Amino acid sequence: MNLNQQKNQHLWWRAGFGPPADQVNELSKQKPEALFHSILKASEKKPVLFDLADPDLKELVMENLPLAPGKMPGLKPEEKQMIRKQSVQDISKLNIRWLQEMTVSPAQLLEKMSLFWHGHFASKTVNIIYDQALLNVIRSNALGNFKDLLFNVSKTASMIQFLNNNQNKKGHPNENFARELMELFTIGRGHYTETDVKESARAFTGWGTNLQGDFNFRPRQHDDGIKTFFGKTGNLTGEDILGILLEQKQTAIFITRKIYKFFVNEMVDEEVVSKLAARFYDSGYDIRGLMISIFNSSWFYDQKNIGTQIKSPVVWMVGMRRQLPLEMQNPADQLILERLLGQVLFSPPNVAGWPGGKHWIDSSSLMLRMQVPRIISQSDSILSKPKDDDDLMMGMHDHVFFNNPKKINNPGVQLFQTKILWNDYIKNFNDITDPEIYTAIHDLLLQKTFPMKENDMIKYIDESDRERRIESITIRLMGTPEYQLC
Amino acid sequence: MHINRRKFIHLSSLATSTLMLPKFLKAFEGTSSLDGGNKVLVVLQLSGGNDGLNTVIPIRNEIYYRERPVLSIAKEKTLSLNEEAGLHPSLTNLKTLYDEGELAILNNVGYPNPDRSHFRSMDIWQTASNSDEYLNSGWLGRYLDAQCSGCSKPTQVLEMDDMLSLALSGEQMKGIALRDPKRLYETSQDPFFKDVLQTRKNEQPEDSASYLYKIMSETVSGADYIFQQSKLRPTTTVYPNSEIGKNLKTIASLISSDINTRVYYVSLGSFDTHVGQQAKQEKLFSDLNDAIKPFIDDLKANHRFEDVLMMSFSEFGRRVSENASGGTDHGTANNMFLISGGLKMKGVLNDMPDLSNLREGDLIQQMDFKRVYATLLNKWLHADDYKILGRQYEYLNFI
Repeated sequence: MNLNQQKNQHLWWRAGFGPPADQVNELSKQKPEALFHSILKASEKKPVLFDLADPDLKELVMENLPLAPGKMPGLKPEEKQMIRKQSVQDISKLNIRWLQEMTVSPAQLLEKMSLFWHGHFASKTVNIIYDQALLNVIRSNALGNFKDLLFNVSKTASMIQFLNNNQNKKGHPNENFARELMELFTIGRGHYTETDVKESARAFTGWGTNLQGDFNFRPRQHDDGIKTFFGKTGNLTGEDILGILLEQKQTAIFITRKIYKFFVNEMVDEEVVSKLAARFYDSGYDIRGLMISIFNSSWFYDQKNIGTQIKSPVVWMVGMRRQLPLEMQNPADQLILERLLGQVLFSPPNVAGWPGGKHWIDSSSLMLRMQVPRIISQSDSILSKPKDDDDLMMGMHDHVFFNNPKKINNPGVQLFQTKILWNDYIKNFNDITDPEIYTAIHDLLLQKTFPMKENDMIKYIDESDRERRIESITIRLMGTPEYQLC
Repeated sequence: MHINRRKFIHLSSLATSTLMLPKFLKAFEGTSSLDGGNKVLVVLQLSGGNDGLNTVIPIRNEIYYRERPVLSIAKEKTLSLNEEAGLHPSLTNLKTLYDEGELAILNNVGYPNPDRSHFRSMDIWQTASNSDEYLNSGWLGRYLDAQCSGCSKPTQVLEMDDMLSLALSGEQMKGIALRDPKRLYETSQDPFFKDVLQTRKNEQPEDSASYLYKIMSETVSGADYIFQQSKLRPTTTVYPNSEIGKNLKTIASLISSDINTRVYYVSLGSFDTHVGQQAKQEKLFSDLNDAIKPFIDDLKANHRFEDVLMMSFSEFGRRVSENASGGTDHGTANNMFLISGGLKMKGVLNDMPDLSNLREGDLIQQMDFKRVYATLLNKWLHADDYKILGRQYEYLNFI
């Protein structure tokens, strides 16, 4: 395999969602440093923020300005129901829209980094206005400063509602936010005490949100007594707590290790991480700088880091779309795959996010992943039916099947009316001779060598002509265990 | 988390030999199914939060009737269990089981600091965690880790579904999900998959690719084994054509085969009855009621009912007061059914819910569900419950 090409593909997969079909010919020529520079540059532009919330829903919410926090008391039951129902639909649209952005945006690092933070600051509110605002905060700060990101996320309605801070009041503290802030968002388990949780929960009393999703500090509910947190004593506020946590070097180590696991390798090289973390801390939490250190390092391209990561369902699906341009008749089909494979955006399993790695794979998900390329290429049906998500369904229709009730009782219908734009793909191999085709496709699609030799593969390849041959090799290699890795 | 290298090589070499040496593997199965006896657990998950108060109805409780002017079920309509309790009218076959001493009911089961989100609460029940910890493996998955250490296919726990629940996902091993043994067989026996598996050398370093091949190999040999077993003694009893009917039929056939499966997992739902609860719960209970009859008949005819225990649970119960839409909202503690021909204690095992002592309108749990798990793991499956649950829980005496 051409080493330079493998390095570039490694970079594309890790700093983004895989190499795009229209740049295949650059892969062997371009220098990885130059490629990273261009990906970084594209990712430095301010992202266009999403606004997928239904106009009627927004109007309903805005009309109710003076409302008390969280509870929506001024709304009639039908209106609450409408917000819920419309939210479920709009969140699906947002999901599809973001997948589209991941697929086509040149700002690959920004979107990949946002996906990381989406799992780090995991929240699920089933409120389009809240969920969308949190994503917008994340995408605006994904490569910025972790301090800004942490402060802004902590004040989003999504996080405040998800972690019950609206119920955190003087005299009746709710510790949920304070606990997860330390356990999952900053310093990690084992580096704080139960007293730290109690004291910081008091500091966050009065942090609330209104129906529109704005941060709303309620002084009357705030406990302005003396608190002690990590050795500091005084009338500490929520902002003080966040600041003190950022002063702890452990926060930089915790975040850096998690980033290393997500972008480099699940098996952590502690020496590398501690150096990166020290620099991250000294930079005042400059995320962009941290990512430059990672992707410009030589160890990033060590063989032990290449082809060893199990793609998350979203990376796998988006990566396939980038390599194999598709025309999807019904983009909501992607949501069915998200559900069947266990990664529905805006619906993380819990506040700890998706565990990732080997957790993505069991017999059902592996079999499905290995069949999907063929199913798509033949516009075949998918026989599996996802489990219900009661948090989203609210005892109503399954939203994915919302517009097509026929699918509920008959999961064997054709779900993937998807056309692969083969010409856009095949033209990448115009300069490759027939005997070299198999290897060329193999090396483009797989970061880890597939052990079967071309000769043994012949019975699975359609040799009728050059195009069919390219197509069938591609579909077969995408249906291998190795294609699940990057 | 990581599989010991030697163990893995052992695993993968066994797995590969399945394809070539079925007889050898057959011998191996014999030994692996010996430990722990022949008891079988069937877990019935009532997804969505079943309304326990309208399942086992507190027929003498004024608060119940006061808080539920629309939804309460009149005493005369319920199927009488004892002076305090009546069963939902659709559960006639469960009433018969009750009368014959084959159904036990546990009330007020839950966990401290209950979570009212479906997913989170289900997570807690499936991983057997406390409400402030996040585990990435399920209680039956960890049971599988212990049972299938060094075995070639994780068929000791099976789920009747297209997707595997976290409950059956262990630290090292993952159970297999299937709706239909034949379909799983057909999908997994793709000659390409077999060729791929044959080509892969056993002596590979322990990495992500090895993990994928291990799962693939387990699936291919597991699917083959399950399918062969499903054909051994398929039931001829008529089951309803509902999803639960089909699933219980598959389970009945497998139980009567020689398969080494000890735990079956099956779900029914959605019980998330915020609106129009009466009709929805009635429909789901009728489906359950109709499917359970032939299932129990099969077990009895095969003299296996003493060895099989079905446990039902739901991620939470529902609010005591009904809402304005003819439904109920998310609640907390709930009841569980234990069905078996081998029960030591029968009937309603503990007190009915105390409706005069609520927290924010919800029941206060009186029994940690992990005690039920510990009891089943220890006394029924003869497994190391302390290792699987991470803590020692006091056993119950229903088995």
